[in-house]
Amino acid sequence: MSEVKVPAPPNGPVPWDKALAHSLLSDMLRIRRMEEKCAQLYGEQKIRGFLHLYIGEEAVASGALRAMRPEDNIVATYREHGHALLRGMPMGVIMAEMFGKQEGCSRGRGGSMHLFNRAARFYGGQAIVGGGLPLAAGLALADKMGGRQALTACFFGEGAMDEGAFHEAVNLAALWQLPVLFLCENNLYSMGMALALAESQTDLCAKATSYGVATVRVDGMDVVAVHEAVQRAAHQVRTGGAPVFVELQTYRFRAHSMFDPDLYRDKNEVEAWKTRGPIHTYTARLKAQGSLSEEEFLALDAAAQAEVDAAVAFAEAGTWEQVEDLLRDVHTLEGAP
Amino acid sequence: MGRRISYREALREALREALQADPRVFLMGEDVGRYGGTYAVSKGLLDEFGPERIRDTPLSELGFVGAGIGAALGGMRPIVEVMTVNFSLLALDPIVNTAAMLRHMSGGQFSVPVVIRMATGAGRQVGAQHSNSFEGWYAHVPGIKVLAPATIEDARGMLSAALADPDPVLIFEHAQLYNLEGELPEGAPPVVDIRSACIRREGSDVSLITHGGSLYKTLRAADELAALGISAEVVDLRVLRPLDDATIMASVRKCRRAVVVDEAWRSGSLAAEVMARIAEQAFFDLDAPLGRVCSEEVPIPYARHMEEAALPQVPKIVAAAQAVMGNNT
Repeated sequence: MSEVKVPAPPNGPVPWDKALAHSLLSDMLRIRRMEEKCAQLYGEQKIRGFLHLYIGEEAVASGALRAMRPEDNIVATYREHGHALLRGMPMGVIMAEMFGKQEGCSRGRGGSMHLFNRAARFYGGQAIVGGGLPLAAGLALADKMGGRQALTACFFGEGAMDEGAFHEAVNLAALWQLPVLFLCENNLYSMGMALALAESQTDLCAKATSYGVATVRVDGMDVVAVHEAVQRAAHQVRTGGAPVFVELQTYRFRAHSMFDPDLYRDKNEVEAWKTRGPIHTYTARLKAQGSLSEEEFLALDAAAQAEVDAAVAFAEAGTWEQVEDLLRDVHTLEGAP
Repeated sequence: MGRRISYREALREALREALQADPRVFLMGEDVGRYGGTYAVSKGLLDEFGPERIRDTPLSELGFVGAGIGAALGGMRPIVEVMTVNFSLLALDPIVNTAAMLRHMSGGQFSVPVVIRMATGAGRQVGAQHSNSFEGWYAHVPGIKVLAPATIEDARGMLSAALADPDPVLIFEHAQLYNLEGELPEGAPPVVDIRSACIRREGSDVSLITHGGSLYKTLRAADELAALGISAEVVDLRVLRPLDDATIMASVRKCRRAVVVDEAWRSGSLAAEVMARIAEQAFFDLDAPLGRVCSEEVPIPYARHMEEAALPQVPKIVAAAQAVMGNNT
């Protein structure tokens, strides 16, 4: 087995008050515990279809979404359970969607990859790689033309940068000076395809720079770095009215989906990245500076676990949409919003 | 008495009216502004409404059609112009995977009130990659409405109906029709529906069912058939999705014979769908097998005589009608 080199684990002081520091930890724990349960429920065949877990990448959604405001639009990918949760969607509603129950956010029509919430301005749940990018440009165009002070945060993987959609959307956003925050979750693999095997230019920021877009590269395993960088980038978008591109370097600890035997990665590489895990490194930093006790950690974790238990119970108790409604909402009914 | 107006001018009037009526409406697409529109439909609108609302886009169909869909989600009422149907294939992903599916897959949370216009059809010697009629492909997709205005009245009236619809609407303008001239009544613009097919010529022997640019060839064929003693009814589908089965079946039941005329290729075509529906719903009302006239299954060639040979033409329609009448003389 070969030696795998990864950057040193995230370290250093956490410059936040205790409340904020604990909130970010809680955010990551809630995603982690929810998704560990999802994996188990997939094994029990309660959740079917595709299931893409975010485990290992929690610092990205946690740090980024805490920098967003209610009036902002969020566009995410098919690996979006955590984003939906932190955008305020109840865990039970997310879980019910994955169960296919009509109490789910999309009435059980969407499943894991198609979480949506109109009230939270959460526009998916987009399962075509790159498909969310032009949509985000359009949402931002609507805000700009409507004179609203909001930004559109668009999450996508580095694989989406292989697609023309990325280049067309970034060009439009830069050309028209649209308030889009491009958040690239670079986990190094587009399914099984390593970045270096897919792209001639592996410097992702260089691609965005070529469109005249400001860029920043962040350690996506470090929730402190993510939150601080995305706060600054969001401020830049809000005040400058122009897009900003953030590359968040991260790593998924699980396979691409539940169907993926994960044959394309060196096991040592996965283990090496786990030393950089966003939750345990952050927990250690908080403890080292006296911002978190073991009891406090256990309490946060227990709360997350209790939320998961309640969510599963909610999903279990959910009901199936009646088959008579199959064709409902292909079109908008008169009088619907 | 009405006033004389071209199909192009009727479209422009409809755009102007929509832009004046609703500040959420804007037009975007390639060369819609400074160039004045590839087919000059939007000529003059840039001066009138400015570059924010007559928005030139880069050559970026996937990007700007997707952005139009996003803007519709964000509360605007975009009209997206795609230069020609062949280019719209670069935007199939946002149209099909996003616009058409979003409402259902989100459990009814989002409507996508976007209107996408494009030129379609052949007959101008512009070669294989600018001459197709893919509106039937779009008519395959649930969640969108597909319109084919063939008359001055529909060119003038369909846009406002499309904008009033909360769901995505695609409008296919046959490129041969832009110079068509006709009359509109003075005063208020025509109010047209986007639900029904229309009988453009009454007849009793054979129902000729068509849409878009083929309407005029079909009407000329009906004239020739009349001279041969055959009374042809001409049905203009107008709305390709959802199809107006009731009007189609009423005409077929009356005439007991039918020929479908469709400029698309025949295999897997809208013509095939119309024929299948007739077979399902009106089989026992038929006195003869169904007929159809489609384009030959080749890329549309450049040379005029070859292009003409590839497309539905009046003699082919006449011959197909005679065949279902059992009269091949």
